[in-house]
Amino acid sequence: MTSVEFLLLVRGPLFAIATLVMIFGLTLRLFEIFMLGRKANLAATRAGGTGPGFRTMFRRFAPVDKATFSQSVLLTIAGYIFHIGLFITVFLYAAHVEIIGSVLGFRWPALPSPLVDFAAVLTMAALLALLWRRLTHPVVKYLTKADDLLVWALTFAPVLTGYLTYHHLVFSYSWLLAVHILSVELLMVAFPFTKLTHAITLFFSRWYTGAIAGEKGVQL
Amino acid sequence: MKTDLRLGDMLQARGVSRRAFLKYSSYLASLLALPPSAAPVMAAALANAKRQSVIWLSFQECTGCTESLTRSHSPNLEDLIFDFISLDYHHTLQAAAGDAAEHAREAAMAANKGKYIVVVDGSVPVKDGGIYSAIAGISNLDMLQETVKDAMAVVAVGTCAAYGGLPGANPNPTGAVAISTLVTDKPVINIPGCPPIPEAMAATLAHVITFGKLPELDNLGRPKAFFGVSIHDRCYRRPFYDKGEFAESFDDEGAKQGWCLYKLGCKGPVTNNACATLKWNSGTSFPIQSGHPCLGCSEPKFWDMGGFYKALSEPMVDIPKMVGAAALAGGVAGVATGLLNRSKKAKAVKSHQKVTVDDLTKGDAS
Repeated sequence: MTSVEFLLLVRGPLFAIATLVMIFGLTLRLFEIFMLGRKANLAATRAGGTGPGFRTMFRRFAPVDKATFSQSVLLTIAGYIFHIGLFITVFLYAAHVEIIGSVLGFRWPALPSPLVDFAAVLTMAALLALLWRRLTHPVVKYLTKADDLLVWALTFAPVLTGYLTYHHLVFSYSWLLAVHILSVELLMVAFPFTKLTHAITLFFSRWYTGAIAGEKGVQL
Repeated sequence: MKTDLRLGDMLQARGVSRRAFLKYSSYLASLLALPPSAAPVMAAALANAKRQSVIWLSFQECTGCTESLTRSHSPNLEDLIFDFISLDYHHTLQAAAGDAAEHAREAAMAANKGKYIVVVDGSVPVKDGGIYSAIAGISNLDMLQETVKDAMAVVAVGTCAAYGGLPGANPNPTGAVAISTLVTDKPVINIPGCPPIPEAMAATLAHVITFGKLPELDNLGRPKAFFGVSIHDRCYRRPFYDKGEFAESFDDEGAKQGWCLYKLGCKGPVTNNACATLKWNSGTSFPIQSGHPCLGCSEPKFWDMGGFYKALSEPMVDIPKMVGAAALAGGVAGVATGLLNRSKKAKAVKSHQKVTVDDLTKGDAS
């Protein structure tokens, strides 16, 4: 198989399969989660839950309190850097905006490529730091299972291959681009069936937490 | 023209000075990325070379390759080099027609057995016994096999001959294949492009004549000297790509400023060719310089790369149409799983047994 044939395969049928599996998996998981339902609240509601629910969804993007921060400095800093960096690389790189535009039909402005490049480097550094923590911190090490490492690898691979592709490093551009797209497709397929789903479900759980507290009278 | 004359004598007779010839040899050597010491070697070898017999076979093609080659910087030494190749058979360029033409091919094959070079442009249809293209009643498939049998080397000129090209594009109704698919026992050099760059052709032939062996080829059988790097890596618009400045349409401000054409579908990043360095029409320009994205014409399957104006990163399938079906299937499966979970939960509640104090203190009695 030549690099061009491989590229055609990943941009064509494999991309379609990955997208469909992701959409299928996500709707399946969301329906499953919603059908779990909530226990009826037998206590009298003291205040509305909707407002605090929505506020909690976004308030929790803000940095954690000092006590938690001082306990896990690396986790907090590397965690923020990696998540923000990944967001920038995935959604604000010109070539990526093109893909999203071609699928969804609308586009947004992209950041200059060198900025995205910088974000990608920070993301990789933060991901490596978090992996190091996971493998050395006794408690985290004890709690780590195979799927944690899998999810780490699935997240790291697209950033690394994307970086190599952008800089034309090691292999030819066509091979790198194809491998990069393939790594993203693996991530897409795994997304609904692993811990990666938190990128979507976090909003529901935050809303739930905020709403429950609100109904009990704590207007977050 | 006598065939036993040597190239050096013929150039002299034509009034080409030795100095001019050496300059041309240096040019060829540098084109092929050979060291400076190779230039005099090339000059000596070329001057002493006899006219190389070349049989040119045209199969499923558009004559664009020949058109390109005949336009190589005329009138300069390249044309002369071509004069000194004994082009013994070429549909478009030979004077003979009909039986006489076919006899010329047979005569050249017999006279230069094992020494002639076969140049092929166009792909060969193999479906249904190769009936879809024939010359003088001989199918392309038969003519290729017959001619190549006693050849020294085969040069597949143009993307059709090198990779199947347009005739081989989806759905490939004639079963068109590349020359390298059919010729496996002879060296095959691919010089792809639609059409290929004339200098790539001239210099590659000069290399074969000078050194008596093939130039260094890449994994797709192309001379590395011309196909070693991508258009993108040598593109003068590359700084705009690196800065993230892209033309969004053919007449926006970005296009006028000469920004990168990636978003307009440029295939430069995956296309290895010398267009950005050698350029076309005596080094005048090349597609990207004239404002059009690279089509990737020197790569296999360039016709089926998902659209000339689609950015390289864009998927080639129509996703939105299928998303609805996937979401629906996911929804149904999700509801089914949810119901299953509920019935499990109900069963668990039903089979729940209360623990009494007696149960908990059973062990204490003993």
